[in-house]
Amino acid sequence: MTKDSNIKRSKAIGKHLHFNSSYIEPNIDPHLREILQKVSDPEIPVLTVLDLGVIREAIEIDNVIHIKLTPTYSGCPAMDVLGDDLKTVFSTIGKEVEVKLVLSPAWSTDWISEEGLQKMEAYGIARPLSESLDKEALIGNARVVKCTNCGSRNTKKISQFGSTACKALFQCEDCQEPFDYFKCLK
Amino acid sequence: MNKESLYDYILTIADNCLILGQRLGELCGHGPSLETDIAGTNISLDLIGQTRSFYQYAADIEGKGKTEDDIAFLRLEKDYKNCLLVEQPNDHFGYVIGRQYLWDTFYLLFLNELQNSSDETLSAIAKKGIKEVSYHRRFSGDWVKRLGDGSEESHLKMQEVVNGLWPYVDELFDMTGVSKELIKQGIAVDLSKLRETYFKQVSALLEEATLEVPERKYFVYGGKKGVHSEYFGYLLSDLQYMQRTYPNMTW
Ligand SMILES: [Zn+2]
Repeated sequence: MTKDSNIKRSKAIGKHLHFNSSYIEPNIDPHLREILQKVSDPEIPVLTVLDLGVIREAIEIDNVIHIKLTPTYSGCPAMDVLGDDLKTVFSTIGKEVEVKLVLSPAWSTDWISEEGLQKMEAYGIARPLSESLDKEALIGNARVVKCTNCGSRNTKKISQFGSTACKALFQCEDCQEPFDYFKCLK
Repeated sequence: MNKESLYDYILTIADNCLILGQRLGELCGHGPSLETDIAGTNISLDLIGQTRSFYQYAADIEGKGKTEDDIAFLRLEKDYKNCLLVEQPNDHFGYVIGRQYLWDTFYLLFLNELQNSSDETLSAIAKKGIKEVSYHRRFSGDWVKRLGDGSEESHLKMQEVVNGLWPYVDELFDMTGVSKELIKQGIAVDLSKLRETYFKQVSALLEEATLEVPERKYFVYGGKKGVHSEYFGYLLSDLQYMQRTYPNMTW
């Protein structure tokens, strides 16, 4: 990882500065981006695989697309679906796909793009907080997670574990709406 | 490197994840509250996910064209190398939590060492697992404290759980299935080095939970050699039922 790419990345994600994270800019052939945007996370359909940062490499060699995919959570059932979806979408343009699972470096919520985070919030899932605030919210019961419905931070944790491995369940004490919070993973 | 000993070594790790994942899976829809129900299945999912990574690697190493599913579903009881602790029945929620905490504490220490393995794949699986297991241990540890330092009845029951599961904890450090050669090559973790920290951490949490640390010095071993408790056969028949009844079936 070069310091430059890290700084570029940090600027791109605004206030979320993570100089010590293991972020590496993915190696994606520019001409594949458009079609990759068509593949979404089956659990959070507003997020594309590029928003999520799970595609670490996508290159075309002799008409075959070689993709390296890094799973979010080890047991995430969405990963198998993603692999199949990638094959399907490329088959529509007559290309074969080879998907390789790459575990290291491990996926981190820092890899979700700013655009992805905004789409996630609009969809009703609160974005991951910094590692320390995340701990305060999940263990210390601090009221720091922003309600996706009304924007209040007067929210409480209902359950550390949520509807999927990546989420926790919160409820807003102002508007009373329950909502998912995407846990920080580093 | 000896392929066979690496294959065996991977199973001595992954079988624990599979069997505990299966035990937790039994609770799906039967947890005492919504939160604990979801937590149990989430933890199960993480463990099964880790199992898959380990088994896929094991299948590659063996090189006989087997898949992760063959390893999970088509072995005989004596071929599973998990320790006795993880196969103990759910009984009541206290047992689920106690078993989980005693396992999580060990497993987190273990993965912290395994991430330094000279084997790249094992190291990668460990690094990924650490993030997940830290969550698990936080959850199970919190509940041990809540129940231990809770009502009179929850305290009594939790103490009973700790006393009941205690004989199984020393097997976690038993070196069966871990060849000296693998340790020398920096591939495998020397389990005996984790023992002291483990008992220190567990004792500290039990004390915080106002529970007594059992003084018992007698421990039970066998799972790692494939000699399992009576509960195991029942668990396995559930786990293997579909593949045994309809060989090669897929969803
Ligand atoms: Zn609100």
